[in-house]
Amino acid sequence: MEVPILKQGAFLIATFQAALSDADLNQLRMGLVQQVVKFRSRAVIVDVTAMDVMDSFASRTLREIAHMIRLRGAETVIVGIQPEVAFAMVQLGLTLEGVATALDLEEGLAYLNDKFKTAN
Amino acid sequence: MAKREGPPTFPEPNRTEEPSELLRELVAHLRQNRTQLREEWVVRITETRLLTAMTKEEIFAEATSVYDSYVEALETEAFEALQAYARNLSERIIPRGVETHEVVGIVLLLRDVLARSLFAKYQNDFKKLNRILDAYEPAANRIANTVAVGFVQERERVIRQQQEAIRELSTPVLQVRERLLILPIIGVIDPQRARQLTEQLLRGIRTNRAKVVVIDITGVAAMDLTVANNLVQTVEASRLLGATVIVTGLSPEIAQTLVTIGVDLGKMNTVGDLQGGIEQAERLLGYKVEKLAEPR
Repeated sequence: MEVPILKQGAFLIATFQAALSDADLNQLRMGLVQQVVKFRSRAVIVDVTAMDVMDSFASRTLREIAHMIRLRGAETVIVGIQPEVAFAMVQLGLTLEGVATALDLEEGLAYLNDKFKTAN
Repeated sequence: MAKREGPPTFPEPNRTEEPSELLRELVAHLRQNRTQLREEWVVRITETRLLTAMTKEEIFAEATSVYDSYVEALETEAFEALQAYARNLSERIIPRGVETHEVVGIVLLLRDVLARSLFAKYQNDFKKLNRILDAYEPAANRIANTVAVGFVQERERVIRQQQEAIRELSTPVLQVRERLLILPIIGVIDPQRARQLTEQLLRGIRTNRAKVVVIDITGVAAMDLTVANNLVQTVEASRLLGATVIVTGLSPEIAQTLVTIGVDLGKMNTVGDLQGGIEQAERLLGYKVEKLAEPR
């Protein structure tokens, strides 16, 4: 199942569905990294609200997406991690270091708007 | 024994007494000498300094009912009543600080006292004494066992109850300002409680849409490696939900322990006391608290 990437102003928004295969994740990664420059986006929001399980591959891919997007000159915010998922991830040592996180899409947008307002 | 047509594999034994008959004789003997044996028992209890938490009168009253239940259990070989009595007794005496060894001790003493009286009674008929003891001892052992198990079970029940009470008292997640939660932790944290705390906090962050959490551990006396790691994990998991955690009130002892065992506290935001923590949280949230007037 392909993950849709929506353009919203200066941001790109990708919303995960429940069950994503590793191939879907790889495709998402390439899509985001290409489109972020194509649309000259300033930031990417990845919404994982629908994921109730996060395995190490998904977690690593998220971190890679964030780092690649930074190299492409934009920022990433992961939003909507469920409490149970967060605890499980931390126990597995998957802490998404150096990646911004927010409670949900609204918070993520607020965080980015705030950040780019002060930057301008 | 009623002569019924039993299966041929179980012929009526041709001995003069059945074990149950022996027990009946035994019970009759114990009933007859109730006053004297009971008193002897109480004297032995006082001598061995058992049940020191109870007064003499109480010991005597308890001894009387224990004696009667004991004899009744010997007679009927029904242990349910005795079990219920043991549980009831335990319920009454556990809060008064009576120890397991005391309860087991008094039951074993009674067993001794009664056995001695049997020796005295049948000392001239050795064979009969043997048979009587054969009937008495397994029953007496079972009684001692029943009472001890009843006592220990009751004790465990009390402990479980208390644990549950402590867990329920445990830890509230409180909202002090919009998007600011505090989690005051008091008492001992075991891994189970630590887990529960984490779950509660993460759920609290979600429902209150918190951005900053102050975890105050002023009331925590000690912390081991597991719990310290759990604290670090809680901080990280909170961050994944988009909340910043400020830990306050680390005592010098805990700070020392954490440094010694090498827990990575680099990711943690710590402030000396709860007030400082809340002040910093307010700064993070963009609040400015101003004093409008001197209090009168």
